[in-house]
Amino acid sequence: MVKKLICIECPQGCLLSVDIENCRALKVAGNKCPKGMGYAISEIENPVRILTSAVLAEGLDIRMVPVRTNRPIPKSKLPLAMEEIKKIRLRSPVDAGVVIVKDFIESGVNLIATRSAGG
Amino acid sequence: MIERDLVIVGGGPAGIAAGISAHENGVKDILLVERDQYLGGLLNQCVHTGFGLEYFKEILTGPEYADRFVKKLLGIKNIEISLRTFAVHLTKNKVLTCLAPGVMKEIRARALILATGCRERTREMVHIPGTRPSGVFPAGLAQKLINIEGLLPGKEAVIVGSGDIGLIMARRFTLEGAKVKAIIEIQKTSRGLIRNMVQCVEDFDIPVYFGHKVAKIHGMDRVEKVSVVRVDDDFNEVAGTEFDIECDTVLVSVGLIPENELLETVGNKTSIPGLFVCGNSFKVYDLVDSVSKDSELAGKQAAEYLKRLGGLRKVR
Repeated sequence: MVKKLICIECPQGCLLSVDIENCRALKVAGNKCPKGMGYAISEIENPVRILTSAVLAEGLDIRMVPVRTNRPIPKSKLPLAMEEIKKIRLRSPVDAGVVIVKDFIESGVNLIATRSAGG
Repeated sequence: MIERDLVIVGGGPAGIAAGISAHENGVKDILLVERDQYLGGLLNQCVHTGFGLEYFKEILTGPEYADRFVKKLLGIKNIEISLRTFAVHLTKNKVLTCLAPGVMKEIRARALILATGCRERTREMVHIPGTRPSGVFPAGLAQKLINIEGLLPGKEAVIVGSGDIGLIMARRFTLEGAKVKAIIEIQKTSRGLIRNMVQCVEDFDIPVYFGHKVAKIHGMDRVEKVSVVRVDDDFNEVAGTEFDIECDTVLVSVGLIPENELLETVGNKTSIPGLFVCGNSFKVYDLVDSVSKDSELAGKQAAEYLKRLGGLRKVR
């Protein structure tokens, strides 16, 4: 069967056509760049998303420290990821890019700070 | 009175890029005033990705994009930064009055760059009738409450407007455990990027009502529900199509307006030499990357203006 998808890799939003058989993506058309191909296959076989949010800090100069997963995680794991994020209390200063939780929710991906926060 | 070669009002992406550029083009006496307690402006609350694709060829979150520029700015000794400093008045001779904790300062700027950003269009400006209970927020304010203050503005929301801010907040609200019952869009298609329809709306199965508007907000102390109605091609309400959605929060995402109050304090509309405006206070941008590029140009123009005047101060 053919499924139509919108690529979210960049603001262009190319309309992709994906030939699917046995839950596998066989052919991708409509992408203006190679990233679209990767996105289509991933979206059919194992949809992933980068998660961005913020964690509560304690004793730092800002109250909330924005965070992100450094790579996409399975879409189905987003609710679990948010639950775990809510439990975090950041107590030591960080710089943008610093890892807050390694192998976050056992996804093989790190949760990193995206803003500096001082003591 | 204190006199400075260049004063920049606003420490968001526009002001920072303009300051760095002015310095690179020869200005060594620069004062940047920022009303908040930190630099970075709006970018600090934009925790989502989508920034820097053009400028850095990378996909960054708002705070990461800001961090790159803030670090570069802080590395320049000749740029004095005054936080918690609010510019309240400007004269046609470029004398700026600023309020900082415990002090009021008057500064004469030989060149002045206004980078004061934008504000949000409000519910009143788009005439949404009904009562005025608590729980009605401009979408960007809700974003600030969640991402900066750590407060969840409500539990069940209806979002007015399908621009990017509305869509981004639909996702943010849902991720934080609240329910977005509907997005109401008066036009026939989304105002925002298609990718946001996918990753903010479809991903979370949020209903979108195109060609509809909020006819009324109900509630005594707190929002209780909204009445939604279909509109025709002339945006008039179609009788008999009204229905209610129960909610405790209304997020209003209906556009941004350049923040130009400071210019209005000048009084008579005269042309002021040596005054430059950049960033969202000049015009509302879609991409911060373009803000950075255009603001660098403004900084360069300010430098060129000062060089023509002569007498550039060396080091402060």
